[in-house]
Amino acid sequence: MKEQIDKADLCCSTQTPGLAPDYRKPGFKLCSYVDDFVKTKAGLVPVIKSKPGKDDLFSSFYVRCGIKRYQYAVAPGLYGIGKPDKNSEVLVTANFKLTFDHLRKELKDINAWILVLDTKGINVWCAASEGNFSTRELVKRIKASSLEKVVDHKRVIVPQLGATGVSARAVKKGAGFRVVYGPIRASDIPAFLQNNKKADKKMRQVTFNLYERLILTPVEIQIVLKPAAIIALILFILSGIGPGIFSFSGAWERGVLSFSALAAGIFSGAFVTPLLLPFIPSREFALKGIIAGSIFAILLLLLISSAVNGIAEVLALFLFSVAISSYLAMNFTGTTPFTSPSGVEKEMKRFIPLQLGALVISSGLWVYSAF
Amino acid sequence: MKDLRYLDDVSTLVLDKEKCIGCSLCTEVCPQAVFEMKKGKSCIVDFNACMECGACVNNCPSGALSVSPGVG
Repeated sequence: MKEQIDKADLCCSTQTPGLAPDYRKPGFKLCSYVDDFVKTKAGLVPVIKSKPGKDDLFSSFYVRCGIKRYQYAVAPGLYGIGKPDKNSEVLVTANFKLTFDHLRKELKDINAWILVLDTKGINVWCAASEGNFSTRELVKRIKASSLEKVVDHKRVIVPQLGATGVSARAVKKGAGFRVVYGPIRASDIPAFLQNNKKADKKMRQVTFNLYERLILTPVEIQIVLKPAAIIALILFILSGIGPGIFSFSGAWERGVLSFSALAAGIFSGAFVTPLLLPFIPSREFALKGIIAGSIFAILLLLLISSAVNGIAEVLALFLFSVAISSYLAMNFTGTTPFTSPSGVEKEMKRFIPLQLGALVISSGLWVYSAF
Repeated sequence: MKDLRYLDDVSTLVLDKEKCIGCSLCTEVCPQAVFEMKKGKSCIVDFNACMECGACVNNCPSGALSVSPGVG
């Protein structure tokens, strides 16, 4: 009996079928994406599956909708995929689970090591500009995982977008490993590796196509829901002000009208403008939001024309809806992969006063039109 | 990016050609194809595509590049 247990504990390569090594530890649960463990000179390293499971797909969906977006992380450290050995490449990535899943999915027939940095559950590019995907973290993680004992070579492949936070020179100096900048997209990694670790021009450029924009819109809408609820409350109060100081029936009837203007503005600014970004005239996002917002405000006003009384109300609803659309469209600059901070600052200086002005005039007209 | 363009003449990117040693790392890390190598030196070929991400500055071994967003 004793001998059997020892055998199960020690042997990985010579194990008899049905006598799987026991990796259980009291108090720990194996992550669903871990397939096995591989023995290295630096200890056991988990080998992960390249195929995401059902629960991975479900949770990806939740995250895309903005649910628990900041608690979606994997443990940082070294992993393996396929049958990695001491000559396999080391791919560096972030510990955002969506990033991690995306990467492993693309490494189906590849044997490699994956070094996951602690980026606080944020993707590579954002973490790089926030300073979490950094030279310091990479050096620290190389040392902590004793990478020099795991591989015989001295290079790590860092995703190109990580360059915003990483200095190749400083990593070489700090950890003795040479940084090779890999392609932007994980899907290009197999081709990159086959091509002697050379990325072509296409692999080096970011894109922002219709699908890439669409997949980001649920989060855009989700993040405005809370502020929108507060605004709705203010609208309700504003709508109740009238000749009788405050009337609940007035608040309700006119409140619904203003909510519809709010909803149209959100739809236009946080969904339609991002989606149709290249097709809406102007380079300034705020102006794109005004253009799209005007169209939707007019459509809305036509739809609810029987319930709207007088030019002041029409104008108030129009200005309000367009201001919301413009502001949210401007907000989308923070999500796109091609806007410069200097440009965004210029745009904000110009458009925030306009948006605020429209909001003030709109509120005034709204209250005035009740009398 | 060729199909989606942001505002022109706003980037704070500066390349000091005197300091460039021609390692071409900036052409590798830039996600917007702002640089190209010409006669052994880096050249800004698409200034208005720069989004000031700082990848080139971070990796330039000779300090030939700079960006300073948020100052002006």
